[in-house]
Amino acid sequence: MTMNFQDALVLARPEVFLAGATLFLLVYGAFRGEKGMSEVSIGASLALFTAAAFAAIGPDGAAFSGGFIANSATRFAKVAVYLISPVAILLGDRWLGRVDNKRFEFPILILLAAIGMGMMVSAGDLISLYIGIELQSLALYVLAAFRRDDAKASEAGLKYFVLGALSSGLLLYGASLIYGFAGSTHFDVIAQSIQHGTTGTGVLFGLVFLMCGLAFKVSAAPFHMWTPDVYEGAPTPIVAFFAAAPKLAAMVLFARVLSEAFGSAIDQWRQIIVITAFLSVAIGAFGGLAQSNIKRLLGYSSIANIGYALIGLSAGTAEGMQAVLVFMVLYMIDVTGFFACLGALSRDGKSMESLSDFAGLARLRPGLALVLTALSFSVMGLPPFSGFWAKLFVFKAAIASGQWILAAVVLLGSVVAAFYYLRLIKTMWFDPAPGQTDTPPVEAKGVAFAAALFCFPLVLPAMAWLEPMARTAAVSFGLK
Amino acid sequence: MTGILSLITFSPMLGVAALLALRAFSAGKDAAGVAHSAKIIALVTTLATLALSVLLVAQFNAQEAGFQFVETVNWFSGATYRMGVDGISVLFVLLTAFLLPICILASWESITDRVMEYLIAFLLLETLVIGVFCALDLVLFYLFFEGGLVPMFLIIGIWGGKNRVYAAYKFFLYTLLGSVLMLAAILAMASIAKTTSIPDLMVFKFDPKVQIALWLAFFASFAVKMPMWPVHTWLPDAHVEAPTAGSVILAGILLKMGGYGFLRFLLPMFPQASQYFTPLVFAMSVIAVVYTSLVAFRQTDIKKLIAYSSVAHMGFVTMGIFSGNAVGVQGAIFQMLSHGVIAGALFLCVGVVYDRMHTREIAFYGGLANRMPWYAAIFMLFTMGNVGLPGTSGFVGEIMTMTGVYGVSTWTALVAATGVILSAVYALSLYRRVIFGELVNPKLAGIQDLTLREVAIFAPLIASTLILGVRPGLVFNLTAASVDQLVGVYKAAIGG
Repeated sequence: MTMNFQDALVLARPEVFLAGATLFLLVYGAFRGEKGMSEVSIGASLALFTAAAFAAIGPDGAAFSGGFIANSATRFAKVAVYLISPVAILLGDRWLGRVDNKRFEFPILILLAAIGMGMMVSAGDLISLYIGIELQSLALYVLAAFRRDDAKASEAGLKYFVLGALSSGLLLYGASLIYGFAGSTHFDVIAQSIQHGTTGTGVLFGLVFLMCGLAFKVSAAPFHMWTPDVYEGAPTPIVAFFAAAPKLAAMVLFARVLSEAFGSAIDQWRQIIVITAFLSVAIGAFGGLAQSNIKRLLGYSSIANIGYALIGLSAGTAEGMQAVLVFMVLYMIDVTGFFACLGALSRDGKSMESLSDFAGLARLRPGLALVLTALSFSVMGLPPFSGFWAKLFVFKAAIASGQWILAAVVLLGSVVAAFYYLRLIKTMWFDPAPGQTDTPPVEAKGVAFAAALFCFPLVLPAMAWLEPMARTAAVSFGLK
Repeated sequence: MTGILSLITFSPMLGVAALLALRAFSAGKDAAGVAHSAKIIALVTTLATLALSVLLVAQFNAQEAGFQFVETVNWFSGATYRMGVDGISVLFVLLTAFLLPICILASWESITDRVMEYLIAFLLLETLVIGVFCALDLVLFYLFFEGGLVPMFLIIGIWGGKNRVYAAYKFFLYTLLGSVLMLAAILAMASIAKTTSIPDLMVFKFDPKVQIALWLAFFASFAVKMPMWPVHTWLPDAHVEAPTAGSVILAGILLKMGGYGFLRFLLPMFPQASQYFTPLVFAMSVIAVVYTSLVAFRQTDIKKLIAYSSVAHMGFVTMGIFSGNAVGVQGAIFQMLSHGVIAGALFLCVGVVYDRMHTREIAFYGGLANRMPWYAAIFMLFTMGNVGLPGTSGFVGEIMTMTGVYGVSTWTALVAATGVILSAVYALSLYRRVIFGELVNPKLAGIQDLTLREVAIFAPLIASTLILGVRPGLVFNLTAASVDQLVGVYKAAIGG
């Protein structure tokens, strides 16, 4: 377990490299000012690609006395996170250029969030868990309020911050309870003491608090309240970022905490996860029905989708973990494409957010309408789109672990949710258009088309390598 | 010949690619001209698929009961790409390929808006439907089965009538609700049997208690698709709002996916449960036959009347399938094929007058025989086929399903037989009200008889109705071996 400092640095190479690059770019940006924003963005993207490469080829092991873990699961998650983050930089950089708010801090904040996510997926004890979460969250709070002259964005940022701080408090409280009863912050030591029965029920109190905090971060019900508000208020390209990668990182962290530290308390946490999953799907499905703002609607849709991912987690098997990883990656691509579409569409300079703005889009912008249609069907879970494969894995794992009823009930919930995606499709294809839309920016359009092409048909061959990769990754959680 | 199934299934996609290329290269050109070339591309594609399907049937070895032309490619652990046809499915592939060119031709003049998208939707639908009949892997089957919702939703919603949005939603949500239950059952089967291969599952013995649950889940999906009473209510709405070609494909092919599902999954995989639920299915079938026939009689909209008559005819199919003997199952398959042709033709008949007058109200018409003698003759033939007149294909299916059921449940056969009379009541009275009598409505004075294109559309349908009516053996030769095996396995499983 002990490792010398040099080896430890090699293990943490992606994050160490990213941190160095961030500091360098920060200084560089400070000297270059507004003019340097695009350069910083390019530098940040290159740094992320390099980090992804480092993560992909890095060795396995546990560094810094077990506080930092690298294995097949962290590799999988980090590559996904580091590859999707440059997309956010691209979308945000161009958008800030258009709204005349060229601030080089934007790519820096994305980088910081990415480092935080890297820490989260690699966390091996409660302290690195907390540091990872906070680094990521603080960067996201600032990003949500990045347009400080926009009242709505500031409101979203503040709301996100206050509620996020509350959840961090819960999480810390849980962590301290666990430490108090188990006598260590290390996941493996906690696991041992639970297994030996020396911890009593106190540690379960800690677990519950910890799970509340984590549920907040993935926006699972009943800690979902912030999601629609923040999605609505924050600028679209930024939502494209924090609706995707942070969710994946938080899910992996969730899975790691539950499987590694509390693997023997599975009967306890499984009940909580089952109820959370059920509530998330129900609230996501029924809450979305009443929305007329498309970003709020996507907020509810993300709550429901996190519910599906949690079903995979509740299986408590390696198959379930694999399902979570596959689900989150496919979902991440869908949702990025979705928000890229929203970012691409505007009318008279104002972004289109109300559902009725999308009327007749199929005539005005057939390409983007087709993209939105494909992505809607995908998020709905209709074959042959990628969302179907994501759900297939989750439900397969749930049924294999004997949770028939949960799977059946949640599948019915997906029919309810289907209605609001259908409504969007209906608005775009069946209704007459109220007026012309502006020319969509190239980069957002490009991202949207790429995501749609992935969700069908590229996903079909892609599954052939994504599936075994996720299987290898899932094994490292140590469940059967 | 390995690979021919994939070729047939995906050949419409080549047409889609050609259409997209046409669209890309024709920006700014004369829209009408482009639409015309698009239609020709689509027609040629569907005709090519038809030619390939005919080749498939010609190469098919009717003596062999198992799956033929099997293709297997490993995909990933969740699914395998496995295709194949047996005597039951091969004819449905042919039926699909046969009806699609007719659909394209039927839309030749009536669709003027977004022609390109319309044709793409139809070609996409053809791929998905043929895929359903060829898939030999549960996940692959579900993929095609469910994927078909997308183009059909758009066909109804974009090119449909006044109330199209409601009908499109209803169609989509009803079918989706049924399908998700099937998905749960598919996953459960995969987890119990550790395989998703349909041929393997057909010999796998599920525990009778588990069978009940799985049977119900599959039944929910196929009963909605079929549709059976009481979950048939989406069908009249979908039919009324869909464009003519949409109705043809809905009645002609999509409904058959339900019956095909019964034959492929319920009987061979869950024999004990099928036997247990046979009385339920019989009851639902006779209610469908009698009740929807009565409902059909009271309709004022021609299309709605035919839609209800479809539900009634599907009642014979479900009854025949669950009779569990070779005569009943053969009859059910025959009835599905024959109904595909006849109901398709009847919807085309409605389309003919709708294109001219833009109304489907029965009361609007009357005395058409005076102006449209050819139309009257053709409509007569298909009305008779719908009633089940001997000599048309409609007769064979009804008499065989009733014969098959008679031995199992005399009462069911007896009550269903009244459906034959009832169908004569509503179909003939429709014919009388639309075709016979004096031409009173002055708007009808200038109505024209069938054009050459329309005659060309009806010709193959007339031919197949009559040929199948006189030589039903053409079908039975192909299906016999597979049906005998299916029934044999079923009987052995239930110990009968």
